Amino acid sequence: MWKTSIGLKLIVAVTGVLLYLFVIGHMIGNLQVYLGPNALNTYAEKLRALPPLLWTVRIGLLVIAVVHITLTITLAFQNRAARPIRYVRKEAVEASVSSRTMVYSGLALLGFVVYHLLHLTWKLTNPQYASLRDAHDRPDVYAMVVLGFQNPVASVIYIAAMIVLGFHFTHAFSSFFQTVGWSTPRTRPTLERVALILAAIIVVGNISIPLSILLGVVHLPTGGM
Amino acid sequence: MNLTLRVWRQKSPREAGRLVTYQARDIIPDMSFLEMLDVVNEGLILKGEDPIAFDHDCREGICGMCSLVINGVPHGHQSGTTVCQLHMRHFHDGQTITIEPWRARPFPVLKDLIIDRSAFDRIIQAGGFTSVNAGGAPDANAIPIPKEEAELAMDAAACIGCGACVAACKNASAMLFVGAKVSQFLHLPQGHPEREARVRNMVAAMDREGFGNCTNTYECEAVCPKNISVRVIAELNRELRRAAFRPPPAKRAVGAG
Ligand code: SF4
Ligand code: FES
Repeated sequence: MWKTSIGLKLIVAVTGVLLYLFVIGHMIGNLQVYLGPNALNTYAEKLRALPPLLWTVRIGLLVIAVVHITLTITLAFQNRAARPIRYVRKEAVEASVSSRTMVYSGLALLGFVVYHLLHLTWKLTNPQYASLRDAHDRPDVYAMVVLGFQNPVASVIYIAAMIVLGFHFTHAFSSFFQTVGWSTPRTRPTLERVALILAAIIVVGNISIPLSILLGVVHLPTGGM
Repeated sequence: MNLTLRVWRQKSPREAGRLVTYQARDIIPDMSFLEMLDVVNEGLILKGEDPIAFDHDCREGICGMCSLVINGVPHGHQSGTTVCQLHMRHFHDGQTITIEPWRARPFPVLKDLIIDRSAFDRIIQAGGFTSVNAGGAPDANAIPIPKEEAELAMDAAACIGCGACVAACKNASAMLFVGAKVSQFLHLPQGHPEREARVRNMVAAMDREGFGNCTNTYECEAVCPKNISVRVIAELNRELRRAAFRPPPAKRAVGAG
């Protein structure tokens, strides 16, 4: 089973869903930026206070992402090899743009994830973030996010990446149900609609953060404490 | 009507092919696409040129032999139709039509628009059959089958093995074809004794032939002349997973007698 093309795709589907769930959890955590510096920094502190959990999740995610990416690339090469001579003229009748560009949107997202980690997790692009402390002398994640997104370039990159993510996720969601074999002609339209709605929620939720910061709705605490 | 055709010409599997332009004159709109090509070929023969080689057999939409990619779509833009059942009235006077063979590594071009589809035969040989006692024909209603199940089996059995699904798929995947063949047995009791072996062997054969992997873009369903639903692909996925969690069946006496 695991040596067949269908088995490999099943692994891609399952690892994909895990990454999907992580993105949702990540967004819910981040939306606490609207609750103010204290809420976000307390949340970040709690995550850090649980090193076993934090590291299990980190290593788990890394393994899952590596499996997801290497297998899709392997499959994509097989797919290319299956049609050595291309059509002079070829038209898509049914296939959506997102379904035809999964490899490219995936690679773009990979690039974004690396940048995202350099920017906010490892702070390599902006080492000054590491010294930010809040009033309780905790690492000031809130200030880091606000300062980070006040840079329009960073914000635009994030917004663009989220739109790509939305494309990737609309196809990914219904595709998962097809690959595991739980999709039927009757449920497919519903699944595709749910896919679109979920992707929209994720995109809007995530994009709202840099937008609110750029528009000054979310800002650093001002005046006295 | 008069048309400009850009046709893929390729002398042999080893030689490189190219598109050659021909004029098709005085075409009657009620001709089928293949009859239109017949007219062009007669002209070529009269001029002493090599006629365009293309596949066909029944010309009734049932054998699955005809196989042309017309303006980028296998079997042309008319949905649920084979090339032999596609009529020239669906084109307009003066139109330019590009005609190419199916493109997939497992379907090598033999000549012009004719491809070798024996990869499909080898997949069928791997499990697309039931090993039954050859005896007198059983009564038609000897085994009652629920209507819905019979319909699902019949819908899948409508596949004529034309290969348009492979031709349309961006990955040249054969999942719609293999799914249809697995599904047609899955919904009938006769298919059950060899259920696990069938899906395992057919998927292994499909992989061996070098078809690509389905990425659920559903182009196959859109071009299938028999409107086979991608439901059969979901069923194929499920069947293989089910088979994976079952030990290989003990050797069975099949076809005894
Ligand atoms: S599934 Fe449809 S397109 Fe594919 S071989 Fe069968 S009839 Fe042709
Ligand atoms: S020639 Fe038989 S289906 Fe077209």
